[in-house]
Amino acid sequence: MSAVAGTHAQDDHHHGPAKGITRWLLTTNHKDIGSMYLIFSFTMFLLGGAMAMVIRAELFQPGLQIVEPEFFNQMTTMHGLIMVFGAVMPAFVGLANWMIPLMVGAPDMALPRMNNWSFWLLPCAFLILVSTLFMEGGAPNFGWTFYAPLSTTYGPPSTTFFIFAVHIMGVSSIMGAINVIATILNMRAPGMTLMKMPLFVWTWLITAFLLIAVMPVLAGVVTMMLMDINFGTSFFDASGGGDPVLFQHVFWFFGHPEVYIMILPAFGAVSHIIPAFSRKRLFGYASMVYAVGAIALLSFVVWAHHMFTVGIPIAGQLFFMYATMLIAVPTGVKVFNWVATMFRGSLTFEAPMLFAVAFVILFTIGGFSGLMLAIAPADFQYHDTYFVVAHFHYVLVPGAIFGIFASAYFWLPKWTGHMYDETLAKTHFWLSFVGMNLAFFPMHFLGLAGMPRRIPDYALQFADFNMVSSIGAFMFGATQILFLVIVVKCVRGGEKASAKPWDGAEGLEWTVPSPAPYHTFATPPEVK
Amino acid sequence: MRVHAKRAGVLLGGLMAPALSMADWTLNMSPGVTGTSNDIFSLHMTILWICVVIGIVVFGVMFWSIFAHRKSPGRKPANFHENTLVEILWTIIPLIILVVMAIPATATLVDMYDTTEADIDIKVTGYQWRWKYDYIDEEFGYFSTMSTSKDEIYNRTRKSENYLLDVDNPMVVPVGAKVRLLLTANDVIHSWWVPAFGIKKDAIPGFINETWTRVDEPGIYRGQCTELCGKDHGFMPVVVKAVPQDEYDAWVAEQKEAAQRERELTQKDWTMEELMERGEKAYATACASCHQADGSGAPPAFPALKGSQIALEDMDAHLDVVVNGVSGTAMQAFGDQLSEVDLAAVITYERNAWGNNTGEMITPKEVFEYKNQE
Repeated sequence: MSAVAGTHAQDDHHHGPAKGITRWLLTTNHKDIGSMYLIFSFTMFLLGGAMAMVIRAELFQPGLQIVEPEFFNQMTTMHGLIMVFGAVMPAFVGLANWMIPLMVGAPDMALPRMNNWSFWLLPCAFLILVSTLFMEGGAPNFGWTFYAPLSTTYGPPSTTFFIFAVHIMGVSSIMGAINVIATILNMRAPGMTLMKMPLFVWTWLITAFLLIAVMPVLAGVVTMMLMDINFGTSFFDASGGGDPVLFQHVFWFFGHPEVYIMILPAFGAVSHIIPAFSRKRLFGYASMVYAVGAIALLSFVVWAHHMFTVGIPIAGQLFFMYATMLIAVPTGVKVFNWVATMFRGSLTFEAPMLFAVAFVILFTIGGFSGLMLAIAPADFQYHDTYFVVAHFHYVLVPGAIFGIFASAYFWLPKWTGHMYDETLAKTHFWLSFVGMNLAFFPMHFLGLAGMPRRIPDYALQFADFNMVSSIGAFMFGATQILFLVIVVKCVRGGEKASAKPWDGAEGLEWTVPSPAPYHTFATPPEVK
Repeated sequence: MRVHAKRAGVLLGGLMAPALSMADWTLNMSPGVTGTSNDIFSLHMTILWICVVIGIVVFGVMFWSIFAHRKSPGRKPANFHENTLVEILWTIIPLIILVVMAIPATATLVDMYDTTEADIDIKVTGYQWRWKYDYIDEEFGYFSTMSTSKDEIYNRTRKSENYLLDVDNPMVVPVGAKVRLLLTANDVIHSWWVPAFGIKKDAIPGFINETWTRVDEPGIYRGQCTELCGKDHGFMPVVVKAVPQDEYDAWVAEQKEAAQRERELTQKDWTMEELMERGEKAYATACASCHQADGSGAPPAFPALKGSQIALEDMDAHLDVVVNGVSGTAMQAFGDQLSEVDLAAVITYERNAWGNNTGEMITPKEVFEYKNQE
């Protein structure tokens, strides 16, 4: 295999990267595009995080101190939109760009020019979205779920810009997904059958199908809003014969699979990292694949569990309750498999493993609260309280985001050719771990005690835990600057990384030198 | 040094004062005061304990591996990576647990959906940002608006015990009666929640949702709107007073009488001063949250009234906007929300307050005629 990699190194002389800015503007190289996605994602993570800091600062004490309710609502809305569409999703597309060709032994993505376009649409979309903050009437202020008619009849004038931004993001995501599917189905190395594919590739294949299925639905729902706002239709306006609940059905038909879009690739990455640092094969590969498939299919028939309080007839209520509870089964299988992989392994705890283990524990806690929320009668008490905020931050922060950090540390040596600073990375982990739990665990208590979400001010009995939560959030937020320092340091230098810096790691990506040459696998490797 | 420490202590104490005075580290849901809320509480505790037990087993095995199976010289990792029996078991066992959990959950849900044979019906309407309670059988209704002052919210004065959770007119229900609630909304979606009752239901424009409750203990119960409904979403509490039946009957009689008096006021001859005085109050509850107490508004969503065309020029246009609203904007139709007296008072007030000195007034009778000719 190393002989194969050697020939690529020679090719570099002829097909190296272009010089200057055109390298980035015009690139069709999956590694360049992957890097741009990751940098963009981290920028958005800091921006969305800054908005979270404003929210937590206002909620540090009861009373209105720092911002007015109008601006507070803009912050919660923009924080959600930026984190979901700007930070988490692009980060996974970035990882997919970098790793899928390396993992399946392909020279690049199947559709490299479209790849360039799908990236460059994103900064345009977010420029539009963020510019709404400076418009008259302010940015969208109706929550990231933008329920009608608050977002239509009662929305600020900038809503139309928000709609176009979502359209552009959707186009970008769909093109990214098509690219992933085309690459995986057509460009695998000879001998790599579907059931020999690395799990990250499997989870991304399924994620890509989810994206293609639901992003058009999102585009549809925002287009109906566009019509309602600007062209006098009444899709969601009851006074014109429309139906505000229809909005929620269509939105969550997109929204629930979207939740899995943000977690499945992390499942895949963690399924590489845990075996690598346990020095033991992944337990139950086949059941992992089937579990992801089952979760993806179920995700299409559970959307109304976000709407238990809208007054769905009891038959519907029961159906969605049972279907939602069922998701616990394949998710449980995955957690059991990870634990069984660690069991009787030979474990070490470098930064990727620390993040991966924390992922398993804390994501499971998020899963538990998800199971509680699935119980429809109990959901009447939890719904739209801080319990829900705690739940989805537990699946998204130590779930999606820790999954991304774990992946970044795991593959940084391959990307940069250097080892990152392990001490700093461990510090990053522990500060993030403590800060994150301090920020989000008390939110369970706040929700159970009765604090609604999306309020800029609260009754006095919620004061204590809000203060704790804010302190944790500031700690978590500040810690992320450290990640930037670690990555910059790693790019600029550090201990040389070998082709396979982790002794337990497996897969084609470790057969090419570190840093991975600009062009890899011009001749496909053979998989036995 | 000691002085500094003391000062720091005082400063810290001052910062934490609201927290300390109300020190409350509640961790769990409260069982509430209705059958429904008790059922929910026991479901909640059951599923919580199931999760805790599963968590202890799974994380137990994991931590055992973390401590016992670390890499050490000579340590060889095991080689297994499949076990069909184990994999089938850990698919089937969770499934059985879920079925067991689904049974009581279904029973509770069926009970919660049974809104038949109610003793009284109350229509609950969500407005930006207050609630209206209509006692359908008794033919009276009223608004319930948060009574916490701006001074408390902006930290200019000490926060009262029920900060943000107090209203001017609470909903009143008799103890022991089955109360059916019919929920709808006037503008955007709201959600009516009283944790102690175990009831949360969305109030949606164009829909009427049903739910019910039976409160067993007299008392005052507080909740909040739980669906984001615009800027003052955090400031529309729900307060319900549960009273013994005889007290409830007396209260209903009193309300009916007051409603009758209110209707008679329409016929009275009002002076400018009386209308201005009443208008100021009505404006404060119905209009000020958007157009602001000083009429300056919050453009572009909520235009200023001070010095505005609408408040200074054509009276009929002004009346039309207030009674019928402006479709496609946040301006609601107040024709059904306010009495003729309040409509007349508010319009008169808007045309003569904050330097809008038109000197014009409109009487409740004129408003009544306008509404009827439509």
